Amino acid sequence: MKAKTIDRIMTGVIVGVTILIIAVLAGLIGYLLVRGLRHISFDFLFSPPQTIRAGGGIGPQLFNSLFLLVLTMIITIPLGLGAGIYMSEYAKPNRLTAFIRLIVEVLSSFPSIVVGLFGLLVIVNKFGLGFSLFSGAMALTVFNLPLMVRITEQSLRGVPREQKEAGLALGLSRWRTITSVLMPVAIPSIVTGTILAAGRVFGEAAALLFTAGMSSPRLNFSDWNPLHHTSPLNPFRPAETLAVHIWKINSEGLAPDAAQIAAGASAVLVITVLLFNLGARWLGRVLYRKLTASK
Amino acid sequence: MNLPESRSTADPAPPQTGKIAKHHLEEWRGKAYVYLCVLLLVVIIFSIVVFIASRGLTPFISQGVSIKEMLFGLKWAPEDDTPVFGALPFLVGSFSTSLIAALIAAPLGICASIFMTEIMPKTGKSVLQPAIELLAGIPSVVYGFVGLSVIVPFLRHTFPGQGVGIMAGAIVLSVMILPTITSIATDALRSLPAGLKEGSYALGATRWQTIARIILPTTMPALLTGVVLGIARAFGEALAVQMVIGNAPHIPHSLFESATTLTSIITLSMGNTTTGSLHNNALWSLALILLIMTFLFVFIVRLLERRVKRS
Repeated sequence: MKAKTIDRIMTGVIVGVTILIIAVLAGLIGYLLVRGLRHISFDFLFSPPQTIRAGGGIGPQLFNSLFLLVLTMIITIPLGLGAGIYMSEYAKPNRLTAFIRLIVEVLSSFPSIVVGLFGLLVIVNKFGLGFSLFSGAMALTVFNLPLMVRITEQSLRGVPREQKEAGLALGLSRWRTITSVLMPVAIPSIVTGTILAAGRVFGEAAALLFTAGMSSPRLNFSDWNPLHHTSPLNPFRPAETLAVHIWKINSEGLAPDAAQIAAGASAVLVITVLLFNLGARWLGRVLYRKLTASK
Repeated sequence: MNLPESRSTADPAPPQTGKIAKHHLEEWRGKAYVYLCVLLLVVIIFSIVVFIASRGLTPFISQGVSIKEMLFGLKWAPEDDTPVFGALPFLVGSFSTSLIAALIAAPLGICASIFMTEIMPKTGKSVLQPAIELLAGIPSVVYGFVGLSVIVPFLRHTFPGQGVGIMAGAIVLSVMILPTITSIATDALRSLPAGLKEGSYALGATRWQTIARIILPTTMPALLTGVVLGIARAFGEALAVQMVIGNAPHIPHSLFESATTLTSIITLSMGNTTTGSLHNNALWSLALILLIMTFLFVFIVRLLERRVKRS
């Protein structure tokens, strides 16, 4: 009898903890949306920020975040795919592979601030790129690469062995088997993983403080020549992203409505991450159906 | 073709040689690309270590700061006439926030994973798992913002002190590392052979007895792996902690008083110091400590994983 009572109590405790976790999440999202949505308007999303007056927006920051995300993914995806293919298809089970695996693990557990500092030391100062979108993209690549490698490797490993053997038996080269037999099967989970990784990049700030910089020059949104200084598309200009902006106005914001701006910007950030999450699942399912003829 | 050394030269028929050479060329190209990517990865990590170590070691080697002073000194006054670099307050801040965060998050995360695997797998998969994934996706600055506008005022009203401090940092971090601990614990519990559990149930054990005496002891190393990874993440987290910890460079007397961590002092001061100055280099030393801690955490995780494999 006693054992059963304890069992019931402990089950209650575990269920209680679970409800607590869900409540924390619901409270968190609810708080952000309730406080933030009030402040989000067309004007807020597209107008430039104000330093000391109220009524500033987050237009350039939002654009910078998206642009930086695109730049980062352009660099990360090919490198991550390559290294991931090596890890799952070419790596022989020996000391060297174990060492590379260790390296990927270490790289993925580096604090993002350390990656940012490395970016400051090497990319910003040594390569002379200065505080720029491009430096930020390279730092984020370092930060994101291990994740991308792991996603690719796991997706390729998930492909049934027979498919690969069939490709090789047909006389295709190993590379051809990878690109035309394994990849189509693996793509849905690679895409899902990549979008989730993109969500992480979108919200990252610590690695960007000292690489992409904490200021945004006045942008001229009618000038789309990437070589001009004030053009939004110029990758060699300093750029403050949305996440960095939230941090900055919380720690040194002078505008009287800093708290509201932080709330609004946080809500935008969280909504974007939510969209990334949902989009990743949806796209993964759609691609899986399209590419593999299964239901 | 420009691949004369390929094995296809042994082939007698010339048209076929072209075909096979193309086949080899394709393979060779792919392989070269893949190896290049991996080489880049290796180069990146080595340059991170080399560059940060070279800057971080300068104060000890050529600028007369002793390692003992840095690790155990209580006073951090880099801009004084005789600058002092005692990083102990930051070490205390970093360790206490991440350990308290793990103390809060570990029971919660393990309970959540038991719920997902043993108690209500269906609800777990459809409600709790997405919730945990969502928690993992929320950016750290957002956690910092919520911590600053909800947790800090709450602590200020409930406990004596300013609200900011180690406890506020630990609470924010505990929510941030909850997903790490939960997902690793869940994987561990799911991979447990069903026979073990069934054996226990067949002996008449209740569910809790099975969980407490069979499941948790068997998966303990894996659960600890999750906790260590959580601590590692908490230790390296910069902005969320910086926003709620108050940033006073001394060891606080209570958990509710302003303190500083390694990451937050780096975040705050790195931008205001000139490259090459002693103050700047001392900050790089702190970064080097962070780096060494990362290696240590990876090492501990490896040790634990070896135990998982053996059992």
